[in-house]
Amino acid sequence: MSDALDIALRLVAVFVVFLVFPLVIGQTEHKVMAHMQGRLGPMYAGGFHGWAQLVADGVKFAQKEDIVPAGADRRIFQLAPAVALLPYLLVLVAIPIGPHNAVGQALDAGIFFVLAVMGVGVLGSLMAGWASANKFSLLGGLRTAAQLLAYELPMLLAAASVAMAAGTLSLPGIIEAFHWWWVPWQIVGGVVFFTAGLAELQRPPFDMPVADSEIIFGAYTEYTGLRFALFLLAEYAGIVVLCALTSVLFLGGWHGPFGADGLGWLWTLLKTVILAFGVIWLRVTYPRLREDQLQKLAWTVLIPLALAQIALTGVVKVVISS
Amino acid sequence: MSFPGSGLAKGLAVTLRTMTKRSVTAQYPDVQPDLPPRTRGVIGLFEENCTVCMLCARECPDWCIYIDSHKETVPPAAPGGRERSRNVLDRFAIDFALCMYCGICIEVCPFDALFWSPEFEYAETDIRELTHERDKLREWMWTVPEPPALDPAAEDPKELTAARKAADKLAAQQAAEAEAREEEPQDRPDTPGEGT
Repeated sequence: MSDALDIALRLVAVFVVFLVFPLVIGQTEHKVMAHMQGRLGPMYAGGFHGWAQLVADGVKFAQKEDIVPAGADRRIFQLAPAVALLPYLLVLVAIPIGPHNAVGQALDAGIFFVLAVMGVGVLGSLMAGWASANKFSLLGGLRTAAQLLAYELPMLLAAASVAMAAGTLSLPGIIEAFHWWWVPWQIVGGVVFFTAGLAELQRPPFDMPVADSEIIFGAYTEYTGLRFALFLLAEYAGIVVLCALTSVLFLGGWHGPFGADGLGWLWTLLKTVILAFGVIWLRVTYPRLREDQLQKLAWTVLIPLALAQIALTGVVKVVISS
Repeated sequence: MSFPGSGLAKGLAVTLRTMTKRSVTAQYPDVQPDLPPRTRGVIGLFEENCTVCMLCARECPDWCIYIDSHKETVPPAAPGGRERSRNVLDRFAIDFALCMYCGICIEVCPFDALFWSPEFEYAETDIRELTHERDKLREWMWTVPEPPALDPAAEDPKELTAARKAADKLAAQQAAEAEAREEEPQDRPDTPGEGT
């Protein structure tokens, strides 16, 4: 009985995080982006500095008509937002936030699970692009596919480097093995992982699949109402997952200068929030890359860097163990 | 370009610096804008000064000023004098739906009867209500601000120079008269009653 309760509690906690954090990050993005552009951002919704803007947006989206184009592949079209969103919920279950089993479900092959499931999320965009019966959507879907192919590889290689260093695939295991000098050791891998993750989430400056000035809104062009909102939510849930994963894999998760036992979750949270701020910061600062620049960056910069990181990890590992 | 990627870092620095600065957003309905003097908001009519010369209506490029008037005879000021006729304003209206805020009417008015007011919140849901009649135009006069002060080293305004010239002339004249009066007694060799 207590086992069932324990599992239920954990799942509820993960679900709450899944519902709240993307909204918090979305609101932060509203405000940070505004101030970086010399604006104020939302000021009215909720009374105090527009804190309820995203709630209001959600209500608005829920009221809108849910349209499926006549020529669309109905089933697939309607299923796509769920496919885009749910993987991030599943990934969140496996991310540890603190020591002593503070994780939705500890998995032995945590990295493997997390990266595989995150790849599924991109399938949602692909399905949406194919099923919309719209040329812009199709273009967006194809760009998504190209981006997935280009960036999944450096991401996996960078993650593999950490797994090699720790000698385990389990996420809590990786953090247990973490020492502070891993940060400089794995820094290149970390940057590659984070960049590739941004590209996989289609965040600016890697947002060619939704490049609104070129192909309207890519795969999401035909979506309205709640399903469109789910795609947007998936993007922000993706930011949460990516930032949490990066802090777990490369920044030592719950390790901090002090209070690692009681305040471990706070360190994880802090690192995640700082990384999320970085995601927003990058979006505000850089213009969108061209499609060919994107591919060039992946194949000529990130993959060689990731391979070099793996080589470095291997060499250091051998030197240490011998 | 000193090292590769310095441009990227510069971009990040720019956005971060902007974030720490005050944003420039004007929170208009909550906070009234700080308008410069001589803002062209609405035109006020100081109808006491208007002589119905029609210059404003004729110069208006949009023909958005409507003036009606009639003549009245004024009884002679002094007995045995001649009756005078005088223009009386019946209607003065400006159609702000047509007005393009060029300000020519204000420039051209020789009697200082038209003024710019910075008020701008007179949007209407019916276009016909944008034609402001005489009483409304007179009400706008209360919102006309004082003319801004002159720049520190500016020339004195024309009125002031003219007045000063007149005052100086008068003062010189009075001084000359006083001198003439004083010189008169000096003509006599000794003045009785002064040496006590």
